[in-house]
Parts: sequence; C-alpha cells; structure tokens
Amino acid sequence: MKNPFKMFKRKEPLTDTQLLMTITIVIFFIMYLSAVLFLGGGFLHAKQIFDMLNDNVSLIIVACGLTVVMIGGGIDISVGAVTSLVVMACVLFLNRGGSIVGSILLAIGIGLVFGLVQGFLISYLEIQPFIVTLAGLFFARGMTTILSIDPQKSQHKAFNDLREKKIVSSLLGYTAKNGNKIPAKIELGVVVALIVVILIFVMLKYLRLGRNLYAMGGNQQSALMLGINVKRTRFLSYVISGLLSGISGYVFLMHTGAGNATNAAGMEMNAIASAIIGGTLLTGGVGSAIGTFFGTMSLTTINKIVVTSGLNEPYWQKITTGGMLCFFILLQSVVLGRRSGKKSSGKIKAFFRRFKRSKEEASA
Amino acid sequence: MKEKMKSFFGACLKSCKRLCGFLGRACKNLFSGGLAIPIIALLLLVVFNLIRDPGFFGIGISHNNDGNAVLSGNIITIINGASELVILAMGMTIVTAACGGQDISVGAAAAIAGSVFVKVLKAGSSISVGTVLLAFAFSCIVAMIFGSFNGSLVAIFKIQPMIATLILYTCGRSIAYWINGGATPTVDSSIIKAIGGFIPGIPVPTPVFIVVVMAILFKLLFRFTSLELFTQSVGINGGAARLNGINPTLIKLISFIILGVCVSVSGCIGVSRLGLINHETLLIDIEMDAILAVAIGGNNLGGGKFRISGSIIGAYVIQMLTITLYAMKVASTNVKAYKAIVIIILVVIGSPVVKARFGKLMARISESRKRVTVKGAEE
Repeated sequence: MKNPFKMFKRKEPLTDTQLLMTITIVIFFIMYLSAVLFLGGGFLHAKQIFDMLNDNVSLIIVACGLTVVMIGGGIDISVGAVTSLVVMACVLFLNRGGSIVGSILLAIGIGLVFGLVQGFLISYLEIQPFIVTLAGLFFARGMTTILSIDPQKSQHKAFNDLREKKIVSSLLGYTAKNGNKIPAKIELGVVVALIVVILIFVMLKYLRLGRNLYAMGGNQQSALMLGINVKRTRFLSYVISGLLSGISGYVFLMHTGAGNATNAAGMEMNAIASAIIGGTLLTGGVGSAIGTFFGTMSLTTINKIVVTSGLNEPYWQKITTGGMLCFFILLQSVVLGRRSGKKSSGKIKAFFRRFKRSKEEASA
Repeated sequence: MKEKMKSFFGACLKSCKRLCGFLGRACKNLFSGGLAIPIIALLLLVVFNLIRDPGFFGIGISHNNDGNAVLSGNIITIINGASELVILAMGMTIVTAACGGQDISVGAAAAIAGSVFVKVLKAGSSISVGTVLLAFAFSCIVAMIFGSFNGSLVAIFKIQPMIATLILYTCGRSIAYWINGGATPTVDSSIIKAIGGFIPGIPVPTPVFIVVVMAILFKLLFRFTSLELFTQSVGINGGAARLNGINPTLIKLISFIILGVCVSVSGCIGVSRLGLINHETLLIDIEMDAILAVAIGGNNLGGGKFRISGSIIGAYVIQMLTITLYAMKVASTNVKAYKAIVIIILVVIGSPVVKARFGKLMARISESRKRVTVKGAEE
C-alpha cells in the first residue's frame, strides 16, 4: 500500500483560473447543502434548481459574454441595456406582424451592431472601454424609451406558443401538500444558455481566439511580441459580448413575454458580480465560463436563502449580495496574494515574527 | 506736455501688447494642456444654443415663493443644477489619478450621507444652524468611513477600484433605506431651504457658493501640500513612487477619504434641494456622469496626471448638454440616447489615433502646398 493520495496528485499545479473556479464551485455546493440542511423544504426539490435556472437564463448568457471581455482585460457595461433594447424591439416587431425568424435575426443583429461599433471604437480608436460602453448603455436605454415608454405585451400567437413550450419532466417533480403532482419545467432558454456556456468554455479553452484572449489579458505587451493580433482579438471579444447580449435579450423575452423600459435594470452590475464571484479578474487573464455559470448560481442561491429564511424586505437581498461580493473579492485577493507569495503573506509573517519577539522580550 | 502724452501712450501700448501676449499664451496653454476638448465642447454647445435660440442665455429676475428677487434663466439652471456633479467630479478626479480606476459607488454613498444628515436633523427637536452643522459633520464622518472602506479595499488589498466599489454600489442604497427604516422623511426648515435654494436677499443660488468654496478648498489643499505631486506620481508608477519615499497606500486612502467628503457635501445639497431624502432616487446614475466629466475633462482614466479644472468644465458641459436637450423638448427618459451620441463624438475627436491621423493629414497638406510653391518657383 503506497501513499493513497498519490493518485490525486497532479503533475502540474493548478492555474489561477482553475483554482478560483474550484473555490467558487465548492462554495456553491457548500452553500446549497447548508441551505438544504437548515432550511430544507424547497431546496430539496429539483424544481428549485430549475426555477433558479429559468429565472436567470439571460443573466447567465450576458455574464458569459462579459467573462470573455474581462479575460481580455476590458469591461462592457452596456450588456444589460442592450438586452432591454432587444426585448423592446423584438416585442414591437412581433406585435406588428413580424415572423419569429425575423425577430431572432433582429435580436442578433442589434447585439452584433452594438458589439461591432463598441469593439471598433475601443480596439481600433483606442478609447477607454468604460466610456465607450457607458455611452452604449446610455444609447440603448434611451432608445428603449424612444421605442416605447409603455410596457408592451407580446400578442404574436406563434411566439406565445413557442414561449409556452417547456421541457416537462414529471419524474423530477414533487407532490405538493394538497396532493397535486407538480412537474419540473425547463424553459427553452435554459437549453440555449447551457449551450452558450459550453460553447464559450470550449472557445476559451481550446480555440486560438480563446488562448489569444488569455495571453492578451495577462500581458498585452508580451502578447503583442508573441505575434498575436491584439487589436483584432480585443475587437472580437466585444463582438462576442454584443452578440450574446442580443441572444440574452431574446431569451429574456421568451421568459417574460413582455417588453418594459425598466427591463434588466442593473443587470450589468449583476453580471459583473457573477463573473467576479466565478473567479474572473478585472485585470484580465484569469477566468472561465463554467466559473461564471456557478457564480451566477451562487448569487441566485444566496438571494433565495435570504428570502426563504424570512428576510422578505427587498433591501436584505442587496445587502447580502454586497456582503457576498465583498467576501469573494477579499478571498480572491488573499488567495492570489498568497500564491504570488511575496508581499502580503510576507508582511503578515513578518508581523507575527515581530509580535513573537516582542512577547519573548517582554517575558524575558 | 507732448512728451508726457507720448510716454503715456507708449506705456499704454506696451501694456496692451503685454496683455495680448499674456492672453495669447493663456489660450495656448489652455488648448495645449489637455483642456482643449472640454473647452471646445463647451464653446460648441454655446454656439449651437445661440443659433437655435438667441435668447437661451438670457438672465431675468423673478420672485420665488418666499418673495425674494432671484436670478432665473437657463444659464442659472445649468450652473445651479450641476453643483452636485461638479463637487463629485472634483473628488473623482483625485481618485482616478491616484488609483487608475473609478469609484462607482458615489451615488449610493451620497444616499447614505443624505440619510444620516436627515436622521440627525430629525433627532433634535428644532432645526438651527448648529444642528445643521452637526448633522453635516455626522454625514461627513459616515461618508469618510465608507470612503475609507473602499479605499482600504483598493489600497491595502490591491483590488481594482471598480470592483471594490461595486460592493457599496450594490448595497449602498439598501443601507440608506435601512438607516431611515424604509420611510422617506421630509425636513421642513427655512435653513434647509436656504441651503438647497436661495438665501433671502442673495439672488444667486446657494449651491453655487458651496461649489466655489469647495473649489477654493481644493486649490488651497494643492497649494499648501504636496498632495497633487504625490497623487500624480502614485498614479503614474506606484512602485517608483514607493521607492522615492512616497507611501502609495496612504495616498490612495487619502484620495478616497477626500472623495468621501465630496460625497457627503453633494448628498447634503441633494437632500436640501428637495427637503426630503428618497434613497432610491437621490443622485441616481450620478456616478456615470461624474466619471464622464472626468473623462471629458481630458484626464486619463488610467491614472496619472490630472486637472481638476478640466473635470469641472466637463461637469458643466454635461449639465449644459442635458438642459439643452430639455430645451429642445426631448423627453427626460430619452435624453440618454442623445447624450450618448454627443459623448461618442467627443471621445472620438479626442482619441489618440484620430488625433495622430489628423496630424498626419495636416502635415501632408502643408507639405503638398510647399511642394507646389517650390515647383512654381522653378518654373
């Protein structure tokens, strides 16, 4: 019997990306399990997870796009506003007799246009990404209210039928207290979101574009010296983000079936928060789509826990979200600082050494 | 007598020449020193407004509800309405310069500061100048505490400012809600009205004076301390600054604490204007405008050299743009779209690539002209 831990030993140490992703996934499962243990009830049913997925499809898609941009060292805060613009445009298009295929093309088109323009301004004209995407946010929000300031409900029959189509699994459902069997339902949007997550994951991990993105986010100068076309890579990252915002808008519409000027308000910050919790660094070079997915789920779980444990007032959700964000940010900072192993841990060690010495001196 | 006249005229001429030279140099300094974009934008807006409506900048005197004679007109509305934005932009400039990032929690922090202000005012039985000052001091301290929370995340834990302040951005307004127990209490007092509106007998709105006082304080701060130099050196290269004996952690922390003071001042102005605290709508979306003001002011958002005057002009540009759009009967919800277009045009003009291209083009034109003249001479 040799060392039983040998089979778990890896040849290479974990990269920063893998480490942060693992932390997120582990914390997500700990959180969910403790919710099951202490709150029980709803958290035991598969329906809970499906509900969480159904409510957050567009956030997952948007956060994936943001992850791509953030890995490249940029930021895109226009995603939520573009989502809301796409929702409103598609509802109006459908209500005026447009076809479903046309509306999908419209959604993708709007997203692409935003991505292309912002990407061009940021990468080829070298304007700060924050300002460009802030202008994009303003423009999309303004256009949404110009299109319609009143809430619009979809009256397109074929689209409403499509919206009602859900993957129903009675096996995973549960029996309610009054004896009715409630099946678990998954919306089509969830399938889209999962496909997006997997595609982005594969793109980042195995395709040349993804690897270029990591290289560029890690150190732009050395990426340039390696012969990577930095400008084109950055441009493409914003195009992907724009495209995904378009898709997320359509999925949002599939979920709610109505357009409203305040749709997806604050979604950009939620998306940034989920990407950060999922282990993406704003400085670039670190992050993954799977991590972002679990980041979104952690954010949702904590909100569900807050609501279930009786803190119904809306401000508690935001305060806990802020607290959790603080926790993750500090954790990442400490973990990464310890890894690079120079300043922070050295300082702490030095402090302890000094503390010990002063104690010894005092005792002597 | 004649000689005297001659010497007098000569002196006059000399001083005129000197004045012209000084003005010319001042203009040159203004345009070459990074203030070109905000000033051009301001001038363009002024010209546009004058063409659209020659009476746009007319100033009249009207009587407000209390019977005071006060100045009114679009230009007063712009200068008065931009007060909070200007104060925040000043603080944001320092944070941007020192940390190379922006604080996106200023709106939420202002809501907290405003809530504390109202809470302390409400605690006493009557509102006097003393209680107002006390309330302001309390809100200032609270805002400085939140500022140092953000600052310590940025300076000690080395987290990017935008992410560190995202925490307070998410939960700040909820904390403000919690301070006031979910209500939107009103404050009814002549002193508060005077702070947010007009002091009886003075026709200029009070927030304008507060802005001037803040600007003077900043000027004095930079005049009598080395903060400006230290901030710039930390922003340009923190490591090099540390090796030169500057403490980057402290400088970053100080920049956030200064921003905290600015936040509390603008929060108190915002509360005094309406006489009530609404934690959801007080100074909403102002963080974006403040960052924009810093960028339009020609400051690099990546840190380093900064110009407070640029940010101040940038803030007035934004406010003038908004008022212009309102005057053109654009609905308040649609203003954002037009604002975005103007912003994009401004930053495209100011972008380094476009500037370089334009410079090359100009050089080529002048070169070709030279060649033509040379050819003409040969013939």
